[in-house]
Amino acid sequence: MIEQIIFYVFATILVVAGAMVVTAKSPIRSALFLVLAFFATAALWILLESEFLALILVLVYVGAVMTLFLFVVMMLNLDRIALREGFVRYLPFGLIVIALIVAFMLMVIGPRQFGLAHYANPANHPANYSNIRELGLVLYTQYAYPFILAGALLLVAIIAAISLTFRGPRDSKTQKPNKQILVKRADRIRIVKMPSEKKQ
Amino acid sequence: MIPLSNYLIVAAIVFGLSLAGIIINRKNIIILLMCIELMLLAVNINFVAFSSYLRDNTGEVFVFFILTVAAAEAAIGLAILMVLFRKRETINVEEIDSLKG
Repeated sequence: MIEQIIFYVFATILVVAGAMVVTAKSPIRSALFLVLAFFATAALWILLESEFLALILVLVYVGAVMTLFLFVVMMLNLDRIALREGFVRYLPFGLIVIALIVAFMLMVIGPRQFGLAHYANPANHPANYSNIRELGLVLYTQYAYPFILAGALLLVAIIAAISLTFRGPRDSKTQKPNKQILVKRADRIRIVKMPSEKKQ
Repeated sequence: MIPLSNYLIVAAIVFGLSLAGIIINRKNIIILLMCIELMLLAVNINFVAFSSYLRDNTGEVFVFFILTVAAAEAAIGLAILMVLFRKRETINVEEIDSLKG
């Protein structure tokens, strides 16, 4: 009973926050509502007994990705009114799309196909069950190569993001290869004619 | 006793909301990126729910990798957005039409 109350409370928060992300007036508000949606999702995942992923969602998404979003929103000098043009014009089309998609999905994934009769509630894990341990056991053995690939992907993302936004050094000393190659002998060496001197 | 279909319905609603958001917000690239994040979140809810009800860890491992890819995608997307704003002084989707044929 208490589980159902928790589920419905956080599911409602998730759906409302998702709707506010789409319809909020300013990008900052929609970023903050997205944070709320992530928190509600983390609560749902804890209800599903995958604690590790719920905490990762809060740490990585709320802590890193959404902070990045907020930084970018605050760094850009945006014209708030111009960004809302066309909202009303596309609103009916958007509502039709969401109604159609949700209706079709409900036909496929409704209680008739995925209700308790087909997928019974799993028995709760014992108190000493460790979700992180179970995940680590498969992640470092069966999925070792995808794990390494994910690390390489993150490295590529770091390099790409830095090289895209790097504006070049401002006051640090660097080499300029084109000038180094174009330099002539006369630029560097000056031969001075002078009579040889005698030993004193 | 929460049936599996409840989780799937919540995920479907969130997915539909984010898709509608991409259609409605034709002006602001930042909100488009946020809608993509919301879409990935809906998919992740499905994976975690099935993983829990089928008692199979594979779904959770998959969510782990989706989170990695989504973080990389957000970082590169925002970097491209910054470069675009520096060059064009706008993030309006309809003004970014240099590539039209």
